[in-house]
Amino acid sequence: MQRPLENFFRALRAADIRVSPAESIDAHRTVDVVGYGDRQLFKDALCVALAKTPDEVANFDECFEMFFQRDEFGEREDGDEDGEGSQPPEGAESDADFADQLGNVPLAEMVLDADGSELAAAMERSANQVGATDIKFFSQRGYFARRILDDMGLRDLERLIASLRRSGEGDEDGEGDAARDLAQRLEQGRRYLLDESRQYVERQYELYARANGENLREEFLMETRMSNLEHRDFDRMHRIVRRMAKRLASRYSHRRKHTRRGQLDIRRTMRRNMPHDGIPFEVLWKQIKIERPKIVVICDVSKSVAAAARFLLLFLYSLHEVIAHLEAYAFSDGLISVGEILEQNDVEQAIPEIMNAIGFRSTDYGQALADYEEGFMETLDRHTTVIILGDGRSNFTDPRIDIMRRIHDQSRSVIWLNPEPQTFWGTGDSEMPRYRQFCHVAKTCSTVLHLERVVDDILKSYARA
Amino acid sequence: MTDPNAAKFENVDNIVAGLLEQGYIASRQIATAIFVAENLTKPILVEGSAGVGKTELALASAAWLGLPLIRMQCYEGLDESKALYEWKYGKQLLYTQILKDKMGDVLGDAPGLDDAMKKLHGFGDLFFSEEFLEPRPLLKALRQKHGAVLLIDEIDKSDEEFEAFLLEILSAYQVTIPEIGTVTSTVPPLVFLTSNNMREMGDALKRRCLHLYIPLPDARLEEQIVAARVPNIEEKLRRKLVSFVQRLRELDLKKLPSISETLDWARVLLLLHADDLAPDMVRDTLNVLLKFETDIDAVRPQIAELTRKARQDGDRGYATSS
Repeated sequence: MQRPLENFFRALRAADIRVSPAESIDAHRTVDVVGYGDRQLFKDALCVALAKTPDEVANFDECFEMFFQRDEFGEREDGDEDGEGSQPPEGAESDADFADQLGNVPLAEMVLDADGSELAAAMERSANQVGATDIKFFSQRGYFARRILDDMGLRDLERLIASLRRSGEGDEDGEGDAARDLAQRLEQGRRYLLDESRQYVERQYELYARANGENLREEFLMETRMSNLEHRDFDRMHRIVRRMAKRLASRYSHRRKHTRRGQLDIRRTMRRNMPHDGIPFEVLWKQIKIERPKIVVICDVSKSVAAAARFLLLFLYSLHEVIAHLEAYAFSDGLISVGEILEQNDVEQAIPEIMNAIGFRSTDYGQALADYEEGFMETLDRHTTVIILGDGRSNFTDPRIDIMRRIHDQSRSVIWLNPEPQTFWGTGDSEMPRYRQFCHVAKTCSTVLHLERVVDDILKSYARA
Repeated sequence: MTDPNAAKFENVDNIVAGLLEQGYIASRQIATAIFVAENLTKPILVEGSAGVGKTELALASAAWLGLPLIRMQCYEGLDESKALYEWKYGKQLLYTQILKDKMGDVLGDAPGLDDAMKKLHGFGDLFFSEEFLEPRPLLKALRQKHGAVLLIDEIDKSDEEFEAFLLEILSAYQVTIPEIGTVTSTVPPLVFLTSNNMREMGDALKRRCLHLYIPLPDARLEEQIVAARVPNIEEKLRRKLVSFVQRLRELDLKKLPSISETLDWARVLLLLHADDLAPDMVRDTLNVLLKFETDIDAVRPQIAELTRKARQDGDRGYATSS
C-alpha cells in the first residue's frame, strides 16, 4: 500500500495541498493507527492530518474520491449491462478449442474473464510501468493510453484476433463459427479495453496535471503586461489579485505594537517605580510601535491606459478590501473619490461604475491634481504614502508640477507606478521626467508581479518604522 | 502507569458517545480528529466561524476525560512571560530586603571579597528557583501529573513571534527556561488551538497540528444540539426554530447566525414561554440571532415569509430526520 499512498500524496500536491515529507510520515502513522478497513474513517483521518485550510479540505475531498474511485473499475463492468460494445463478452463453452492460442496471450484470457478486477490490476501495473502518473499535458492522453495498452500486450491480442478471423473465414462449419464468435468477443473486449484505458489516463490527468495547467496559466498571467490581458482572464485575475492582496494584508495588518522582552526601558522603569523608593518592582520593556499603513491611491482610468485601467482598479478594489486606511481616487480629466463605490459594490459592479463615472476620457493630469488639492489634500500627512498609477501622459496640458511638489512635501512618500517602460518616459506628451523629480520612487509597473513587489515594499517600510 | 483514559480512546464511536454524555454532539470528523490526535500525540487546530463550538469542544473533552482544563486566551501582545512563566519580581525584591541582614551574618566571617563571592555561589540560585517561579498556563499544562486538556484560544489574535514560540511546545511537549532547564511533560496534554481565521497561520504551526474545520451544522445535527443543550424546549418549536435559522443562513448576510446564536434564541423563546413561532415575536427577538443592524434590516421584511415556511417545516418534520 506504500505505493498508492505515495501516489495519492502526489495527486494531493497537484491539487494544491502541501504534503511535505514530514506530513507524509504523519499520514503513514495515521494510517497505521486507523487501518484501511473503514473507508470513511480512513478518509477523515487522512483529511485531518493533511488538509490545513477549509479550501484544502474541499480539495482533499474531491481528490480522495477521484483517486480511490479506480477501485470500482471491476464492479462497474458488471453493472454496465446495457452498454453496447464496451462490456466484456460472456464466457462461452467452446473456448476450450482455442485454449492453446489463448494460453499464449494472457490478455485475451483476462478480457474473456467476466471479472474485471484482474484486468484493472493489470492496467494499474502497466500504468506504473510506463509512468502514466507523470502525465503533464492534456495532449498526452492518447499517447499514454496507447503505451499502457502496448505494455499490457494489446499487439498480441490484435494478432490473435486477426488469426482467428482468418481461420474463421476459411470454413463455414462449426469450427469456423466458433472462431468467428471468439474473434467477435475478443474484438468487443479490445474496444472495451481502449475505452477503459482512455478513461484511466483521463483520471490520471485530472489527478496529477490539471492543477498544474492552471498554475501555469496563473504564473503566465502574473507576468503578462496588464495592457495585454484579455477580458476572459478577468475572473482568474481577480482571484490572483485577491489572493495577493490578502497575503500582503495578513503579513502587515497585525503587528502594530509589540514588546521587546529582554531590553529594559530604564527611563520608564525608573519613572514608574518612583513610589517604591526607586526599587524596580515593576519592570518595563522597550516597545516598538508599528504604524498602520495609511495609503492614498490615485488611479488613472483615461483612454490612454484604458486597457490596464481595469486591472489597476481590480487591484485597487482588492487592496481596499484588506487595508483599513485606504483612500482611493480615480481620474481622467477630473478626479473623484471612489472609496464609496468600492465599499458598496461587488467588484463586477464597482469597476464599470467607476469607468462610467470618470473613465475613457482624455487625460488632464493638471486638472486631476488640482481637483485633488482642492477636495482631499488636507487629509495628507507625514504618515501617508501616495501611490499614483498612471502613464503620465497629459495631452500637453499644464502638468501643475507645483501641486505635485506640495504632495511630495506633505506626504511620507510618493510612489509613481507607470505601466510604460522607462525608455518611453518623456516621449511625446509624457510629463514623466518632470513628475519624477517629486516622487520618492518611480517605477515601471506593468505586471501583477511588479505590483505585488511594490506594495510589499511599501508595507514593509511601515512595519519597520 | 496505566492510563485510565486509554479505554476511552479505543475507537471513534467511544469518543462520540463520551462527548455526547457531556452534551456535545460531535460529528464523525470531529471524533476522528480527537482519535488521531490522541494516538499520534499531536495538537488539533480547530477552525470555523465564531460560535460553532470550537471552544466548547475543548471544554467537553476535558469534562469527558476528567482532566483539568487549562485555558489560555490569546491576544495581541501576548508574550512568553504571560503564557509560560514569570519570575515573581516583587517577591524576589522583598526577600532580598528582608534577608539583607542575614546576608551580612552569613557572609560576615569571610575575610575578603573573593571569599564572600565564593560563599555566595555556594548557596546556589536562591532567587531563581521554583519558589519564585510563577507558572503561567503553558507551564502549568506541562506539569500536570495525569495530563490535561490545554486550550489555546484564538491563536490567530496573537503575534507571529508568539506563534513561533509555541512550536517547541506543540511538537515536543517541552519548554526551555533558561534559568532552570527544560521542562518536559510526563503525560502530554491534549492540545486544542482555535482560530477564527483573523489571519492565516504560519505553515510551521499548521504542519505540526492536525487540522479540523467545523462547518455550520445541517438541520438534523443542529436539532440534536438544541435538544441536548436546551432540553426543555418542545419538539415542534425546536424544529421550527432550527428550520428558521437554517433558512436565515441561506440569505446573503454579513454574519450568519451560528450554533451559539441558535441556542441563545432557543433559550430566549423558552423564557418567553413561546409555544409557536409567531412573526411578531421573531421580529422582537431577531437581535439575538443577528448581530449587525444591516443584517436585521435585510431580514425584517422577509420575516413573515420565513416564519411561515419554518412553521410548515416544523409541522411536517424533516425528510432527513425520518
